Amino acid sequence: MLRYTIRRLIQLVGVVLVLSLLLFAWLRSLPGGPVSALLGERATPESRAALTKQLGLDQPILIQYFKFLGRALSGDFGVSNGVQPGDSAMEIFLQRFPATVELSVFALVIAIVFGIPLGYLAAKRRGTWFDNSSVIGSLVGVAIPVFFLAYVLKDVFSKALGLPSTGRQDAIEATRVTGFFTLDGILTGEWDATFNALEHLILPALALSSIPFAVIFRITRAAVLDVLDEDFVRTAESKGLTAQVIRRRHVLRNAMLPVVTTVGLQTGALLSGAVLTEKVFGFAGVGEALALGFERRDYPVLLLLIIMATIVYVLVNLLVDLSYALIDPRIRAR
Amino acid sequence: MALLEVRDLTVVFERKGEDPFRAVDGVSFDVEPGQTVGLVGESGCGKSVTSLAIMGLLPKRGARVTGSVVYDGTELLKLSDREMRDRRGRDLGMVFQDPLSSLNPVIPIGVQVSEVLERHRGMSRKEAMSEAKDLLDKVGIPDPNRRLTEYPHQLSGGMRQRALIAIALACRPKLLIADEPTTALDVTIQAQILALMKELVQDLGTALVMITHDLGVVAGLCDEVNVLYAGKVVEKAMRHELFARPRHPYTHGLLASIPRLDAPRGEKLTPIKGSVSDNIPWAQGCAFAPRCPNALDLCFSETPAEEDQLGRLLRCHNPVVPGTPAVEEVPV
Repeated sequence: MLRYTIRRLIQLVGVVLVLSLLLFAWLRSLPGGPVSALLGERATPESRAALTKQLGLDQPILIQYFKFLGRALSGDFGVSNGVQPGDSAMEIFLQRFPATVELSVFALVIAIVFGIPLGYLAAKRRGTWFDNSSVIGSLVGVAIPVFFLAYVLKDVFSKALGLPSTGRQDAIEATRVTGFFTLDGILTGEWDATFNALEHLILPALALSSIPFAVIFRITRAAVLDVLDEDFVRTAESKGLTAQVIRRRHVLRNAMLPVVTTVGLQTGALLSGAVLTEKVFGFAGVGEALALGFERRDYPVLLLLIIMATIVYVLVNLLVDLSYALIDPRIRAR
Repeated sequence: MALLEVRDLTVVFERKGEDPFRAVDGVSFDVEPGQTVGLVGESGCGKSVTSLAIMGLLPKRGARVTGSVVYDGTELLKLSDREMRDRRGRDLGMVFQDPLSSLNPVIPIGVQVSEVLERHRGMSRKEAMSEAKDLLDKVGIPDPNRRLTEYPHQLSGGMRQRALIAIALACRPKLLIADEPTTALDVTIQAQILALMKELVQDLGTALVMITHDLGVVAGLCDEVNVLYAGKVVEKAMRHELFARPRHPYTHGLLASIPRLDAPRGEKLTPIKGSVSDNIPWAQGCAFAPRCPNALDLCFSETPAEEDQLGRLLRCHNPVVPGTPAVEEVPV
């Protein structure tokens, strides 16, 4: 297990290296660039040339890349020139990362807490109105664009429910311990801050959870349907076990493998969804910084944030792979 | 009074847009305490569905079960789901055909044995585990302490079936139903498992309903035999009677189709021609008539009734005369 983990982590280094090179080339091939974004259309050729030189963009791209790599190895990912000009890219990441983690975790919790039980119920009541309507509901959940749902929640539901329609920058901030507003409030005993942070989280998290919820629901339903037909469920019934034990120990435990895989893959969807959700709600997280970074062609910030998102994605899926072994002893043996 | 009285048990599967399918058609039999009763027939004759109906394990939707199943004075078909759960595993145990797929692949064997003890005998996990160890020992699993923590894929086929037998007998039920318990096993293991079941059933005084297509199993184990064809009992007799003098042409054909080791080299096998048909075959005439060497015109128009002939039940217009050898030889 340890060797497997180490091998996967070494693979991650390779992934990040290749990705950084591709990203580097790809970002620079975007039309426009930081110079036009910063100086506007009416800049003189001289000032453009000066800024290009100042940002180091006049050098050959490979030289730029190796310089970037050299500095990156010592933790220096450059200085933002668009999102928060003057701040280092790393600072921006560290400042915003907790917000996105908080949002994504809440969204994922909503998706799991509703998706798995509903998926189980739909499978148990296969073919009933409950099953049919939840399947349709989940299709709608997948089909509605996140930004549209976000606007609906923001403009319609926030008024109806009396919840704040803006993101976390308006939240009451507890004394910073971890950077997670909800957690900081609990740790410092500033409950009003926790409550306030939750109020600011709920609508964006709902918007973000729609796709993962729908996918988790459907995968759970399909997996439970498969398991319900298995002989060992019939054996469990023949033992006269209570419905609760059969559900928990025999059906759900076996149905969890595909569901856990899905949860891992959905972290990717969460990260891309976070860009849209954070933008709509003005939620000052990594997603919003990415959106802003693209508008302003902030190469250093974009590079770091995308690399970090990749690392998070790979790590989450590594955790998923490791958790297989906890769920299924047949995988442990290998 | 019989321990189990099955009367006119009928199971009809209904699906929207399809004709209802009568899988079991008025089956009746008794099981006395400690007795071993065989249900014999080929694939699709309704023997497994009969066992699932007795256990209350058929799906609630789509399967209509009528008739009566009285266990120890209680009508099982009228019990609520909860009441039936209390009885399954405690009063009635069941062993299934495929021991690998019948065990939960992600739960240790020990838990799979002990959970039934916890459920019905109110034991703590610790007590149940210690009892489970004794049970595994009793069914002949070596090193039971280690096996408790192992998973089904770490056990051999024979050991898995032993574990399933331990589970089914854990609460010492008065009735055990075994549905083709040896079919998925190697021939050498089959004999071991049958010997084990015979021994345990005798020790515990458990009545056994043995469901099989294998007449060899019946010969070694059963006191009384019910031969099923297309959902109905066509012949019922004590084992010695049945083997010595099969009267129904189907039973006769089954016995004649067993390959014999002492037959001369190159002798042809004698199968029963055709296979069980899918429609509702007993509505008009005898379901076996199209495959029957003894069929009369009457067999195609009038359904034979069940007749009691000196303790033997027979459903046939033209039974085999005792002493008739296998009817015809068919090249295979």
